[in-house]
Amino acid sequence: METEVIIIGGGLTGTTLACGLAAQGIQTVVIDRIAPVDGVSPSFDGRASAIAQSSKIALDGIGLWPVVQGKTEPIREIRVSDGPSLLFLHYDHADIGDAPLGYMIENRDIRAGLLHLTQETTGLTIAAPAEIVEMHRDDSMACVSLKDGRTINGQLIVAADGRGSATRKTAGIDVTGWAYKQNAIVATIDHTVSHQGIAHERFLASGPFAILPLREGYRSSLVWTERTALVNSFMALDDDAFLNEIAERIGGFLGNLSLVGPRFQYPLGLQVATSYTDTRLALVGDAAHGIHPIAGQGLNLGLRDAAALIDIIVDAKRYGLDLAHHAGLERYQRWRRADNLLMAGMTDVLNRLFSNDVRPVKVALDVGLATVNNLPPLKKTFMRHAIGQVGDLPKLMRGEAPG
Amino acid sequence: MVTTSLFNQQLGPASSRDQQEIDNFSAQADSWWDPSGPFAPLHRLNPTRVRILADLFAGHFCRSLGETGPFSGLSLTDVGCGGGLVTEPFARLGFDVIGLDASEENIATARGHAEVSGLKIAYHVGAPEDKNSPDGPFDAVVALEVVEHVSDIRTFIDSLTEKVGPNGILVLSTINRTLKSMALAKLAAEYILRWVPAGTHTWSKFVKPSELTHHLSHSGFTVRAIQGMGYDLATGEWQPCDDVSVNYVIAAVRT
Ligand SMILES: Cc1cc2nc3c(=O)[nH]c(=O)nc-3n(C[C@H](O)[C@H](O)[C@H](O)COP(=O)(O)OP(=O)(O)OC[C@H]3O[C@@H](n4cnc5c(N)ncnc54)[C@H](O)[C@@H]3O)c2cc1C
Repeated sequence: METEVIIIGGGLTGTTLACGLAAQGIQTVVIDRIAPVDGVSPSFDGRASAIAQSSKIALDGIGLWPVVQGKTEPIREIRVSDGPSLLFLHYDHADIGDAPLGYMIENRDIRAGLLHLTQETTGLTIAAPAEIVEMHRDDSMACVSLKDGRTINGQLIVAADGRGSATRKTAGIDVTGWAYKQNAIVATIDHTVSHQGIAHERFLASGPFAILPLREGYRSSLVWTERTALVNSFMALDDDAFLNEIAERIGGFLGNLSLVGPRFQYPLGLQVATSYTDTRLALVGDAAHGIHPIAGQGLNLGLRDAAALIDIIVDAKRYGLDLAHHAGLERYQRWRRADNLLMAGMTDVLNRLFSNDVRPVKVALDVGLATVNNLPPLKKTFMRHAIGQVGDLPKLMRGEAPG
Repeated sequence: MVTTSLFNQQLGPASSRDQQEIDNFSAQADSWWDPSGPFAPLHRLNPTRVRILADLFAGHFCRSLGETGPFSGLSLTDVGCGGGLVTEPFARLGFDVIGLDASEENIATARGHAEVSGLKIAYHVGAPEDKNSPDGPFDAVVALEVVEHVSDIRTFIDSLTEKVGPNGILVLSTINRTLKSMALAKLAAEYILRWVPAGTHTWSKFVKPSELTHHLSHSGFTVRAIQGMGYDLATGEWQPCDDVSVNYVIAAVRT
């Protein structure tokens, strides 16, 4: 089978990239070891993602936003505190204009939307479930052989196969980083009092605890960071006891709480690839960088990688260049690596500052975070970072045609 | 190599060949497509010069880039095509392409690569002034980073202009002979494309835009555009620029 771009990994990053490329007339094949429908089941991924404004613009550009719009909840405010009462940072969307700070959407809704989009898009082939038995890359071409006997030839291979990326390992690209000795427990709750579009981040001794508003006001997604040693005992609690633990951490402001669907847990760590490219290979998303979810930025960075790569590939196609030409791949790496490292570093520092027994408000005062509230320009800079308006944005993220 | 030297002896008096240069390239012909090999500097420059040319052609032939095969129905010959770094992009953009190079080894590499890339390109061994070289006429004739390697510019330019069709365009790119290019040639190899062993890119063979303009007008051609290309040492990227004191592209049409 002949194609132009071969994407290994049909997760959120890989599939978004595929839809964006195919929309620009680039023949694309996505290979994943699991069937797309399996990714949509409620037991597969219980997370919800905070989508930054620039990511929303990009998802709009590839045609996904209209498909998922009914499932999104705008984030109007973010309140950072170390308990129900002691607030030390307050972000209000009104501080930077009319647009919300971001949008919450459940991952399985994004996956369902992407699945729908892939079926509508021509020039896009999904090879899944499939197992890769061989991969070849040289100065002239790239090629992937599947266990079912299919062989796919193309110009560029994109590794979008997540943190454990086998493609990255096979290419001999190392990662640096460390585990956090923390896991994220993820659960969804219904509540009787509306969240009013406000996201809360509580800095508890075990780590950050986030309450994130989902659509229609009475449902929220929780990301509860807990010391790894204690996670299994919390995960083993029955629903009532688990809900009690949650209620204790949330307080009463959302009214009565009830659990929706299963709980999930994810080990946390920081991991960055030492190189983003190799001969006819580019790494995107978690395959290139895995960060702490403290700021809800992992996927946003992956979407930026995808949008940047789309710019570079579309430019190459327009000028008849090899889609994996060396200068283009170098540009991709230079463009994305610095940005991702900065975010990885910021999330790491935040997590270290606040995951301890020192009263977070005191820490915040010590490092000057509380004063950020009183310094509007500085606060605006912080906010722009979080909503993805900093740096050299790919065209899709500026609402322009890629290339 | 035997064939090449036989070929040489059959030529008439005027030849643009510089056998030493051809031998240098032939010796490294296997590496043309290795972006980190001896031709690495050329791999950096290539996208930029291809973009400049494609934009020039789009304007000249009133075609829009971004469509499939924007230049289909038009012919192009790439003189001094080496391993095909420029030939292949223009074949992808729809031109009917003939690649020409004096080194048999270069042509063998170019043919092999085009085949694996699934591109239909005709490649010929020879110099443009040879009697049996494809004489066109072509809608576009290009010779990129070649004039600084030939022995007789006048003969070379004459033979190129003869191949250009009535409404065609000729595009050359090369290195200017300035204090700046001399300094950079010595200090920053990657800047000046000294991809063949030192000494090959002899500073005295670099060509000023005024000299090219003169040769072109002697052949009845008028210069339409001159575009500089600058290398950013910080990013390793080439960009089009106004400064033509080092690398530049020159486009000409029949007067
Ligand atoms: C608790 C938590 C909360 C988060 N919250 C947010 C948030 O609010 N906002 C945000 O922006 N980010 C958030 N993130 C980060 C975000 O979820 C990830 O960055 C994102 O899911 C990464 O997507 P990906 O497509 O790059 O990788 P993955 O989702 O890991 O996808 C990889 C894909 O590759 C496939 N694959 C793997 N190996 C192979 C193979 N060998 N062959 C074929 N296919 C293979 C897998 O099946 C999978 O489909 C959060 C993360 C966590 C843990």
